[in-house]
Amino acid sequence: MGKLTKWKSALAATAFGLAATAGMGAAQAADTIKVGILHSLSGTMAISETTLKDAMLMLIDEQNKKGGLLGMKLEPVVVDPASDWPLFAEKARELISKDGVSVTFGCWTSVSRKSVLPVFEELNGMLFYPVQYEGEESSRNVFYTGAAPNQQAVPAVDYLLGEEGGEAKRIVLLGTDYVYPRTTNKILRSYLNAKGIADADIMENYTPFGHSDWQTIVAQVKEFASQGKKTAVVSTINGDANVPFYKELANQGIKAEDIPVVAFSVGEEELAGLDAGPLVGHLAAWNYFMSVDTPENDAFIKAWHAFIKDEKRVTNDPMEAHYIGFKMWVQAVEQAGTTDVDAVRQAMYGQTVKNLTGGVAVMNTNHHLSKPVLIGEILEDGQFEIVSATDDVVVGDAWSDFIPESAKLTADWTYPWVCGNCEKPRF
Amino acid sequence: MSLRQWMRGGALRFLMVFWALAVLVPHSGASAAEDLGTLVTELGAASLSKKQAVVDRMVATGAPEVVPILEALVGRDLYTRKSDGVVVIGQKTSGGKLLLTDPLTGSEVGTVGSREVKRIKTNNRLRSSVKAVMGTLTLMSPDPQRRLEAADGLLKSSDQAMLPLIETALAKEADAAVKNALQLAKASIKLQSGSAEERLAAVQSLADRTDPESRVMLSRLLLKDGDVWREPDETVRETAGETLASMERRLEMWRTVEHLYQGISLGSVLLLAAMGLAITFGVMGVINMAHGEMVMLGAYTTFVIQEAFRSLAPGLFDWSLAVALPAAFLVSALVGIAMERGCIRFLYGRPLETLLATWGISLVLQQTVRSIFGPTNREVGAPEWMQGAMESVAGITLTYNRLWIILFSFCVLGAVLLVMKKTAFGLQMRAVTQNREMARAMGIPTGRVDAMTFGLGSGIAGIAGVALSQIDNVSPNLGQAYIVDSFMVVVFGGVGNLWGAFAGAMSLGIVNKLLEPWAGAVLGKILVLVAIILFIQKRPRGLFALRGRAVES
Repeated sequence: MGKLTKWKSALAATAFGLAATAGMGAAQAADTIKVGILHSLSGTMAISETTLKDAMLMLIDEQNKKGGLLGMKLEPVVVDPASDWPLFAEKARELISKDGVSVTFGCWTSVSRKSVLPVFEELNGMLFYPVQYEGEESSRNVFYTGAAPNQQAVPAVDYLLGEEGGEAKRIVLLGTDYVYPRTTNKILRSYLNAKGIADADIMENYTPFGHSDWQTIVAQVKEFASQGKKTAVVSTINGDANVPFYKELANQGIKAEDIPVVAFSVGEEELAGLDAGPLVGHLAAWNYFMSVDTPENDAFIKAWHAFIKDEKRVTNDPMEAHYIGFKMWVQAVEQAGTTDVDAVRQAMYGQTVKNLTGGVAVMNTNHHLSKPVLIGEILEDGQFEIVSATDDVVVGDAWSDFIPESAKLTADWTYPWVCGNCEKPRF
Repeated sequence: MSLRQWMRGGALRFLMVFWALAVLVPHSGASAAEDLGTLVTELGAASLSKKQAVVDRMVATGAPEVVPILEALVGRDLYTRKSDGVVVIGQKTSGGKLLLTDPLTGSEVGTVGSREVKRIKTNNRLRSSVKAVMGTLTLMSPDPQRRLEAADGLLKSSDQAMLPLIETALAKEADAAVKNALQLAKASIKLQSGSAEERLAAVQSLADRTDPESRVMLSRLLLKDGDVWREPDETVRETAGETLASMERRLEMWRTVEHLYQGISLGSVLLLAAMGLAITFGVMGVINMAHGEMVMLGAYTTFVIQEAFRSLAPGLFDWSLAVALPAAFLVSALVGIAMERGCIRFLYGRPLETLLATWGISLVLQQTVRSIFGPTNREVGAPEWMQGAMESVAGITLTYNRLWIILFSFCVLGAVLLVMKKTAFGLQMRAVTQNREMARAMGIPTGRVDAMTFGLGSGIAGIAGVALSQIDNVSPNLGQAYIVDSFMVVVFGGVGNLWGAFAGAMSLGIVNKLLEPWAGAVLGKILVLVAIILFIQKRPRGLFALRGRAVES
């Protein structure tokens, strides 16, 4: 944190002046462009978010080595919202009005995003949100670089139902009890119904955050699977609860070949903390895997290892999301010739950046990316082997087609729509 | 297996059985139908969906080299070398590199880095069908483990052509587990392809079982594809239905046993976490919010000890927990004593300040661990004897790690009771609890006893950390997950009473697990909490209230 205090004191003198001119290209008044990083460095979410803070520092560092942006250096402004949702909103306000950042990269949980949303909308800030989420949202001030449900959940279920995935006929939806799993499972249930799987063949179960005693639920899954139809599990279990869940699965002798589990919140970072042996063969769906063999990915991993000075650290999907988001923002700023939020937003649409996994990511007018979807099997070393990939990029869908009241809505922030949740164009 | 799959593999499967039987009889003339070398190269190049066909053709060659190649494929050790596209078997060396061998000759062909080769992909579907195919080849292996895998593979494929092979193997099989699996496989084949009488006999042969596999088989007979029954014969269907129903009835009792076991297991975890608190909070009256962090320190000590074992004596890894136990006790006890001497002793009699101070300490400890070990989870391995589960005949599962933790928590409880009741230190401790002033008047150094008591409570929390590292995340947040539950147990059980903590933990665990199947985990927890609040209204001192001057004042 030494670095943090240094620039903070240096900035203290100009901070108030900046605040006064915020919204009128404030950052340009200084000789640097400030980039806010809003990730928890302490508390429950530090486990996932600290890495993203480091990844952002690396990207900013790289950009500065290339000569910065618009002839100015980029300056990271790191704050710690400490996994405390209301504090996220406070820190976001501080970043925009006090520090005068041009853009903010941050948040992990949906509840933290919902908490900062009004702040970014009120102060006309710009947030890049890098994590897969439940969709059903499109804000003018947020760019969603993680997967929407149709870029992760739906393709994963398609895989399970398909021949390669074992032609599952019964699906267990396990999740942690909060907005992301509940919304995702709502979408998945109506999707499964549309695919001819009756409600009797769907089991839905929610557990509290950090649930560690999975005996009963794993036994229930086993029971559910012994009714003569191929069964698969779709897991939206979040964070810490995953380790005891997989341990219990392995100990009760459930093999991936019998009941495969496809997870949406388990990536390389989560697997680094446990013995992946018992998990081998279970699946995860993401837009990025560290094991993808492309020159871009190799370069990214090499840069990451050099920056973090630890060869053992892994890369994961939200890191790639930040990579794409940051590159797009840089390109948009260069195109707009300013860091003014409104100008950069206009320049963001249609920006393209090469994915680390191959192909090209495009920013759409609904503020979601077009990205490829990959499904990987867990390997012994905590990495993934890709067993299925979409042929082309999938366009992120802000409003799910499988929820009747959402299917009517359109998110499009360009003329004539200029709206995140409208049934018809506003102009 | 669907009809389509069966048609596709039928002829080849027959060949395989022929070959497998031929191998059993020496000097038979199975000739290589295709060049294995070409097929192996083809396997490397084929897409995931095409690999099955190549595997079938490889098996059809009847060459003995096929088994190790397929084993490497299933074990994800088969690679193509990027430089020349040659298929090789790779084994990890200690230096993180791969030792390559030629799949056909078995000779070594060099060592390369992992990025110079590309793994030949498999998925769950391919692996399970390859395992089934391999079942025909390894069913006669001298290793019972491999025979068991082979039998499981045969059960999954349930291929009629395998029946003679299974009968042969069944006749001379001595291992009970393998025999069991073979009988299941036989019944499964009969159910799918036998005549109506054979199917009926197969259903009846399953009548004594309750395992999930046989229930799957029977319930499959009762399914409909559209309007057509999968099982055409009505008698068979009815018998299957009755058998299934009687299985369910027998299982019902066993399920209750299973729920009880799960409840006791959850209770033992709660007991371990709460026992230390029962001493610091229950006996000393200190509201120690940093109690969870003592548990966490114990878990991290386990991690450090295991890392040392991994690098210094990997062969003795199974003993790492035995070393971790005293180490964790010491680390947590020392931190606890330092806390008591450095902070808490100035705050006796001021519960609110104690609460805030210890909460602050808990944050400091968490962030310290986070800075030293990083925010991510740390990997704590399980020794061999704690992995897996005991599959009982009735089809219920008792996992070994839970079983050990139950035993362990009882041992710790016994040990603590011994210390409390039979040692001089225990006597002094109880004396101080019951009447501090009088104890001091009798010449007991109350300050020292306080420090030691706090150390004991913290040390036990450390030991709990060793056990919890086996079932939960080892992360800086580990302690937070248990602090509320621990307080709940101690308050419910009765402050200042170890038996109270025991009764409290067990009843909470069992009630929780009995509620969970029908109320769900979230609602279950809420119901338990509401029940405790109501109970405390009725009996503010918990299940077993301690009587003494200190309590009454």
